[in-house]
Amino acid sequence: MRRNVVIWITALVLVAVVSFAGTTLYIGATSKEKLVVSTTTSLYDTELLDTIEDQFEAKYSIDVYFISVGTGLAITHAQRGDADMILVHAPSEELSFLEGGYGVCRKIVAYNFFAIVGPEVDPANIRDLSPIQALSNIVETGRNEDAKWVSRGDDSGTHTKEKGLWTAAGFNWTILRNEKWYVEAGAGMGKTLQVTDNLDAYTLADMGTYLKYYKDGIISLEALVTEGEELLNVYNAIAGNQTKHSGINFDGAITFIKFLISEEGQEIIADFGKDVYGQSLFYPAVDLLKHNTDPTMVQWIKNYAFFNGYECPPEYRDKHPELYT
Amino acid sequence: MSSRIPGQTSRTLHVATGARIVWEFLQNPIFQITIRSLHISGTATLLSAMWSLPLGILIGIKRFPGKQLVKGIFNALLGMPTVALGLILYLLFSRTGTLGFLHLFPSLQAIIVGQAILITPIIISLTASAVESVDPEIKDLAKTLGASEVETSLAVLKEAMGGVVLAIIASFNRAIAELGVALAVGGNIRGFTQVLTTTIALEVSRGKIEYSIHLMVILLAIVFTITIFTNLLQRRIK
Repeated sequence: MRRNVVIWITALVLVAVVSFAGTTLYIGATSKEKLVVSTTTSLYDTELLDTIEDQFEAKYSIDVYFISVGTGLAITHAQRGDADMILVHAPSEELSFLEGGYGVCRKIVAYNFFAIVGPEVDPANIRDLSPIQALSNIVETGRNEDAKWVSRGDDSGTHTKEKGLWTAAGFNWTILRNEKWYVEAGAGMGKTLQVTDNLDAYTLADMGTYLKYYKDGIISLEALVTEGEELLNVYNAIAGNQTKHSGINFDGAITFIKFLISEEGQEIIADFGKDVYGQSLFYPAVDLLKHNTDPTMVQWIKNYAFFNGYECPPEYRDKHPELYT
Repeated sequence: MSSRIPGQTSRTLHVATGARIVWEFLQNPIFQITIRSLHISGTATLLSAMWSLPLGILIGIKRFPGKQLVKGIFNALLGMPTVALGLILYLLFSRTGTLGFLHLFPSLQAIIVGQAILITPIIISLTASAVESVDPEIKDLAKTLGASEVETSLAVLKEAMGGVVLAIIASFNRAIAELGVALAVGGNIRGFTQVLTTTIALEVSRGKIEYSIHLMVILLAIVFTITIFTNLLQRRIK
């Protein structure tokens, strides 16, 4: 009896150790160079990044790992050295990220527009108004208990944008959030759209995720306000700073950024979703900025996403001036 | 002779088709995610059993001051919220964390270690209870017959086997069904650290409800099958 138990215990220990060690060995043996990219849910939820990952990995011997979180957590990951680079859309937070010495080599990769989406009946009558006017109407109708607003409430890029829009419309977001009609979802873009749809409420959504959910029939919300400089949404790549965290894969990050801004990468972005949604979900930004093909748009991007007139101020370029020629 | 050639060709074709089907099945993300889930939680359970079982048996057999307190602590830890443990482990495993030098975030090993810690109190508590419920006369009898400390423990363990198996199975179910730890230290990375629960959470937020339902059915099937199997096994042990 005793021998049996000893055999069982030995077997248990052996299997556990072998299984754990096997995992480590397997990963060590099969994994190529790793690149951890912390990114915003709005990019990930559209599946654009899946497409980019497949094409990039077919070309380079680098395994790209996307961690899909809000821009806030994406930046935190990179600050802690857990991500090699970030792909985000919140210029104000990116600036403090650069100034804190955590990131270098920022490149503007793509842009699209946010939309104020809401129920078809549109209780606040915001259809085709200016973004600022639309928000004022929503606040007024909300306070009369005829409309609701759902906020991401997760410090994501979209949430940052929303707070900026409230300020531009003359409201104090910290007061609004305590009002009854103002709902904080604390979730990613997709989930927030679903909550908004269920509540017949309004929300701010990036066009990419909205279109995907709308065309897939997951939500019936309509894009009511889609125009205006205030709604511009710019996606940017920033590499982690290797002098801050020595363990990060800086070269991999630069390779990936170069791929994103290459003709091939920009084409993937431009074409993504065309076949399914009949229009692009994202617009490539590199050629536009380089050749000033659409001066109004370029000016808008410069107003919104440039720092001191640069997409990346020279002191944060870390020996990669070729990214900016 | 000549009639055998077409037969051989078609057999080769069949084998090739079969191999392709098997290969495609192996490449199917749903299959890979399921296997990954079983592998991670299985390893975590075995790993945890290595320290939790001896501890549980010890706590169950021995009489020592503060025994009730120790048991109380492990009982309290049974309800450990996975998000809390996930956050604690993330802060530990993060590059700037205490264990950052191990480069465990994000990785499969981090999830395994995390789940092993998560289920430790389950195994300890249930094992201790099972051991305690064994008739004390067995222990005394073993001792009277001149059994050593270890032999006595083994005799008691044999009597408590049903409870111990239950402890192991319950903890495996807890591990495979948890979300917080896998998300926090695994990061839900496609083709790398996605497990059933994290994929379901992600795909629901992506609006791929149907795909999520497939995964949910698999997860439920695993959990229910194991539970039913355990019940049958227990009846046999008794």
